[in-house]
Amino acid sequence: MANIKTSEKKTKSQAMGMHTEVLTGRTQQKFFNPDEAENFYYFGTYDVDFNKRTDLDVKDMTAAEANKKIDGLMSEGYGTIVIKNPQGKHSLGVGILNKLNLIFEGSLGYFGIGSCDGPIVRINGRVGWSCAENLMAGKVVIEKNAGSCFGAAIRGGDLICKGSVGARTGIDMKGGTIIIGGDAGAFTGFMMQRGRIIILGDVGINLGDSMYDGTIFVGGEIGSYGSDAVDAELTSSDQDWLRRKLKVAEIGANFDLSKMKKIVAGKKLWNYDNLEPTEKKGAI
Amino acid sequence: MAKKKVKKLAKVKEIKGQLGKKKETAREKMIGQSIGYRYDVNLLPDYSKITPFLKKYIEAMGWDDLNWLEDVHMGYEEDRPAVFCRNANGWVTIPSSIKLPNNQQDRDMIARELLVKFQMSPKHPLVDLKKAYLKF
Repeated sequence: MANIKTSEKKTKSQAMGMHTEVLTGRTQQKFFNPDEAENFYYFGTYDVDFNKRTDLDVKDMTAAEANKKIDGLMSEGYGTIVIKNPQGKHSLGVGILNKLNLIFEGSLGYFGIGSCDGPIVRINGRVGWSCAENLMAGKVVIEKNAGSCFGAAIRGGDLICKGSVGARTGIDMKGGTIIIGGDAGAFTGFMMQRGRIIILGDVGINLGDSMYDGTIFVGGEIGSYGSDAVDAELTSSDQDWLRRKLKVAEIGANFDLSKMKKIVAGKKLWNYDNLEPTEKKGAI
Repeated sequence: MAKKKVKKLAKVKEIKGQLGKKKETAREKMIGQSIGYRYDVNLLPDYSKITPFLKKYIEAMGWDDLNWLEDVHMGYEEDRPAVFCRNANGWVTIPSSIKLPNNQQDRDMIARELLVKFQMSPKHPLVDLKKAYLKF
């Protein structure tokens, strides 16, 4: 992370008056107490029980109504909710910041499971564009195929598609793990900044284009490498982690992990700092 | 006259690749600022180092592993050990009362535990925001 030095001696750029933007985060030490009581849930979330199960038929509901109903069931303590007849509706199961076991018996449309933090979601069908966008934590399993922008901008959690996925999978991802059992489309890992993508099948052109950081593991053929995506050595630690993660994903039990290719950022694009915009302005 | 014993001061050896330290590049020297992370963000967790608190957390959430915490590492804020809280978008510095091991894997586990405690605390800065702006 960017860090402004506090030394009194001015650097050239400081003398030029370029340090107007501060990129360091706000220190939160005054709020911190290491002896905090054991609490595993966010403030204001519901206390649910995984063993308390219910069904919800959303056939005649709009997405907003269905999402509100899911929230209502969580408030009643239901920890396992089975959604019947999702019928490809868009934006289902979004904004869940709770621990929950959510099962969809069918397929979802666009932007399903968006902005979630914590739930375990299983979808027994397919999903459309941008599934699990901005996922913060939790586990999402898709039994069939997924559309493009799968796991766009996720920051954490495990996102698993047992089938194949479209283009721009993991675009702009900032953490977490995306696991693909089949093939992935073009521009997979486009502009990824952190996190890991595992693809057991083939992948399209421009893999990891403009990636800043993070790791991509590919089991099959690679269409082409994107800008600044380079090969790296697959270590035994990587293989151990891959084995464990594929077990979590319930796929690739007999996959030969030694044949995996590891792709990382060449870091030639790593020249962003808080002076860059100012310098660019000066150059123009 | 008895000779005065001169105490030898132990030399502080700078370890290559010491935690939180790295050689500055010419660009960093010029701009007076670090570029990029000062720790390995791609370091995979060593599950043999997991703490009892984190085990309980995983169990309570129903996950199989550390999940989102795999991406949490102990970093630095103004040369003090700190962990980044993505919810508050700020660094949480580690209290100096906590002794940190000189091993990144152990430090990462401590960072994960402290971050969970911080995020779930009723004193977290987002709690007030939630109280003020919660719509539904």
